[in-house]
Parts: sequence; C-alpha cells; structure tokens
Amino acid sequence: MSEPLLRVEGLKKHFAFTKGILFARTLGHVKAVDDVSFDIKAGETLGLVGESGCGKTTTSRMILNLEEPTEGRILLEDEPISGLQGAALSAYRAKVQAVFQDPWSSLNPRMKVGRTIAESLIVNDWGDKEKIAARVRELLQQVGLRPEQAEQYPHEFSGGQRQRVALAAALASRPKLIVLDEPVSALDVSIRAQMMNLLKDIQAQDNVAYLLVAHDLATVRHMADHTVVMYLGKIVEKAPTESLFADVRHPYTKALFSAVLVAWPGRSEEEIELRGEVPSPLNPPSGCRFHTRCPWVMPRCSQQEPVLREVSPGHTVACHLFDNA
Amino acid sequence: MSDTPPGDTVLDVRDLHTHFFLRRGVVKAVDGVSFSLKRGEVLGLVGESGCGKSLTALSLMRLLPKGGARTIKGEVLLGGENILERTPSEMREIRGRRISMVLQDPQTSLNPVFSVGDQLREAIERRRKGASLSEIMKEAVAALRRVEIAAPEQRIGQYPHQMSGGMKQRVVGAIAISGEPEVLIADEPTTALDVTIQLQYLKLLKRLQAENGMAILFITHDFGVVGRMCDRVAVMYAGRIVECGPVKQIFEAPQHPYTRALIASVPKMTGPAGRLTTIEGQPPSLMDLPQGCRFASRCALVEQRCLDAYPASVRVGEEHTADCWRVTPP
Repeated sequence: MSEPLLRVEGLKKHFAFTKGILFARTLGHVKAVDDVSFDIKAGETLGLVGESGCGKTTTSRMILNLEEPTEGRILLEDEPISGLQGAALSAYRAKVQAVFQDPWSSLNPRMKVGRTIAESLIVNDWGDKEKIAARVRELLQQVGLRPEQAEQYPHEFSGGQRQRVALAAALASRPKLIVLDEPVSALDVSIRAQMMNLLKDIQAQDNVAYLLVAHDLATVRHMADHTVVMYLGKIVEKAPTESLFADVRHPYTKALFSAVLVAWPGRSEEEIELRGEVPSPLNPPSGCRFHTRCPWVMPRCSQQEPVLREVSPGHTVACHLFDNA
Repeated sequence: MSDTPPGDTVLDVRDLHTHFFLRRGVVKAVDGVSFSLKRGEVLGLVGESGCGKSLTALSLMRLLPKGGARTIKGEVLLGGENILERTPSEMREIRGRRISMVLQDPQTSLNPVFSVGDQLREAIERRRKGASLSEIMKEAVAALRRVEIAAPEQRIGQYPHQMSGGMKQRVVGAIAISGEPEVLIADEPTTALDVTIQLQYLKLLKRLQAENGMAILFITHDFGVVGRMCDRVAVMYAGRIVECGPVKQIFEAPQHPYTRALIASVPKMTGPAGRLTTIEGQPPSLMDLPQGCRFASRCALVEQRCLDAYPASVRVGEEHTADCWRVTPP
C-alpha cells in the first residue's frame, strides 16, 4: 500500500453568522464542513459528490489553501499545510492546482492564453523566456491544442477549448494534485466526453491525482477511483467507486442515485422521491442530519448522530441502519 | 382549458427560419425547423449549445432577442391559426393564455422587488378583468397550492429571495400555467436545480399535465431528462432537426449518425466505465453553413453525396424520421 499523497483529518469549517457591523453579535455558526476525513493517493481520483450546500466546494477550497479550516488538518506528503507562508506557500501552490467550472471566468480576457499558461512558470522562476515558451507549446499540445494558439486570446476559443487552456495552465507547474471543481458541467455532451478522456490520459501520463468535485454521478463513475458522498457538511458514505455503484448503502445516496434520471426508458427501478428540501446548514437537524427527509427514519435517528462504519472492505456508511452490521 | 380532444395536433411548426442579421453576415440559427405537438404530449427538443433550440422556442413565443433576429419564413400554427401573422397586441393575448414558457433560471424570471403574490396577481388579473382583489388573491393561493408549495397563504406575501431555487421554479411554473395554456414551452427548467429537487419538479410537471392535458415542448440537453419526461424527442443540430421519433426508438435504434454519437458520448450509470466515445471537431459556423449535410465534417460515415446536398427526411418508422443519405426506409 502506498502512502497517501493528501490526507484530510477531521476537517471543520464553521462560518460565523453575525448581526450588526460595529458591535457585531454572533448569532450562530454555519457548519459548512463538519468533521470530514479522507485520503487521496498519488495518481488517483477521488470524487466528491453532493448537492448544493453540502460543503464539497468549501472542502476543496480548504485544500487549495484559500480558506483556513476551523479545526482539523490537511497534510500533503505528510506536511501540514496550515500556516504556510512565503516560499513554502508558493511551493504548495505549485503542487496543488485547480480547474474550475467556468472557463470564462478563470482566464484573463486581455491576456494571450500562452501568457496565462506561462504565468505560474514565471512566478516560480522556472527558467528563461525560451524555456518557458517551449514548455507552453508542449502543454498546449498535451491538452490537444495547437502550439501556435498560444498567441490567441480567450474569446477566440470555444468553451471546451477554453477549459483545455485552463487545464494546461494548471499542469504548467507539474502539480501532484489538481482540484477539478465541476470541470465538465458547463460543457456540451460531446465536448464533455472529450474533456473526460483527456483528463484520464493526462493522469496516466503524469501520475497526477485529482480531487473531482461534481454533482453528476455518471461523471464521477467514469473518472473516480474512490467516491465520497456528502450531505450538509458531513460524509454519509465513502467507498471505492466500483463498490459504491454496485451496492449503494446510505438512504441519501440511494435517493441521489434514484434521482439521476436513468436515461434509457423502460428501466423501472425502485424510485425514492425525497420530500422537502435540504434543511438550512445554520440550524441542521439533530442526530443524523438526513433524518428529516429519510424514508427509513427511526426514533434514534433524531437523537443520536451515526458514525462512519465499515460495511464491506473500504466501504463506510454513516447510518443507524448499519449499527448492527 | 383547450377544447381539442387528446391526440389532436395543437401546435404545428412548418419550415421555420429565424436568422440574425448582423453587420458581419447572417447567422442562420434556426434554418428550416418543422415539428408538431399533440395535446397531452411531451416532445423533447435536444441538442448542444448553439444548435438553435432556445431560439426556436423564442420564435414560437415571438419574443426574439433585440438586435437583428427575425423570423423570415415558416408557419407556427397554434390550433390551426398562424400566430406569426398576429399583431403584437393580439400576441399579448395569446402569450400566457394559449402558449406559455418556463425558463432555466427562476432568479431572472421573477422580479426581486415584488412579492410572489403580486407577480401571480399580474398574470391572473389580465385574464380575469373586473375580478375583485380578494377573488384574485384566492386564485393566486390556489395556483401556489397546485404547484405543491407548502403553506401558500404565508408564501404569497414573500419575496423571491426568501425562497429556495426549487420553490422559485415552482412559482414560475404557477405563473406560466395560471392561464391554462394549450402549449407550455419549458426551456431547461431543471438545469439550475439539484438532482433530488429536479426529480420533484419533473414529477410535478407530469402531474399538472395529466390534470389539464397541455402539450409540453421540453427543451433540454440531458438525455436522462428526456427518458423520464418525453413521449417523443427531436434532435437538433446546426439549426435543423436531424432526427425525430418516439423516445424508446431513438434510444434503442437511433438512425442519424449524430444522434448515435451523442447518445454514445453520454457517461452512463451502468455498463463498462471505460473511455467515452467522442465526436471530434466542432459544429459548423451558422454564418457559413455547408450546402450538404451539416454533420458531414464530423461524421465517420461521410460520403461524397453528403457533401453535395442536404439529405431529405427519411421516414424510418411510425412517427420516426431522420435526415441522412445512408438511412433507408424499412
């Protein structure tokens, strides 16, 4: 077993909810992320799924060191990342890169894309002008664009091509981990498949790990080795992707799977329609946070918080249904 | 409510052309679209961005964007009369009452400074001139109840920002169907919603349709939604419908190479999770469309005749047509 590249331990992020400006009073805390732990190994993909407000983006922002955790630790290659400054922080940023959902907002419209890609190389004093230009050409080819397109501006590219440019920029510093926050959800179906194949090819070549934040289960299924399902700031189920898709255990994950509209008509499966909406994270339900919408709710669900238990090798579930498993 | 019996055609679109006339040239965004919609039916219109599906919808509503868009050819027959010939004031009577629309983003469809009740009132008042305020508000509460909003009496005084995305989209739905339209156009109504909320909304639309028998034109890029919602589906590519047929047939035996490639490139929830099939290249520019088949430059099966002329629509089955030279009638 290889050592994990990234370890996340007991991660919490609470945002204070205040009233007033000068003498602000704290009215409560939004527990956006509440005790989340997982590992990512080198060259692997971890899928992080859940609906809006489940804390998946906040988790990824803490890993990118854009947000300071309230509690818990993040370790890259056994080095804690909190408190990194100066050169150590730059070195961390070179190792952990990101590609976001909207390629329009992640590229500077007034900058030639070659320059955008070169930016992180320039910042890190990677080499002279010639060497950087050669690397930019190489990167453009790696993501399936033509080297001469370095001289073009973002508006000259289509959405899919722009996402390739963003990927090239992320790859420039040879990162160990790339956070992919909904990397294909803004793309059209045919372009989405191209991008997903490209991401897999690059992973095979460069042995880069991905943290894939996504809401689309089918995308996660095709990309991820392990999958973590979050609901209201908590992990409800964590498993190797194959095991999860073969045998969904947590009621919320079941509902999520049944809500994914299975495209092929005539497939009749058990359908779980959840009542109501996700409760406010400001005032999350007691006990299991899912108990207000769970079709299998039991009396103890509202009193006692379930812990993650292993139900099969590597497959853990936080649900009282599995207390005696 | 519509007087037409079920199964009758309520909307018949024939050879619709809507182009943008720009200084740089003519963008043929909708270029010869024909389809029909029966009472109580859901027709899906799928295609990738820029294929003209939303502009088709706006052409039917006669709400074209400012800046050079014009419908230059074709007929839109609503209950047999061509609404493209109606005057703007006649159109205002038709919109909302006979043909109505729900858009993707409920945030932009609702006015943030008016309460939900005010916005429903506006829709109901136009239809029920002379009714008293209390009657109208009673009807507004009933409209919210129909879209399954809990505690409608309290919700009616609230503003859009006090509601979640799913609830706002229900309010938009309530406004759209308050005039009992014969045709509802839903343009990606669930794309901005979370999956569990999407399922709730789609089921609601189905229930409402079962109640009043309206026909729905459902625009989406998501085949999962098509499978769940639609009776028939039309696949659009570069301004034209290239294949149209019953959902089951399109999924099981797609005839057009574009439909086949599109379905193959969707990540699946079952089966092998290996590499996905892709469609190489980009759609043609709508300013410079080829004279032949528009998919020819990306098609794996391209032949000389595909480049020379656009293929005719071939009838491949009951209500199933495909525009491809290689397709032969059964």
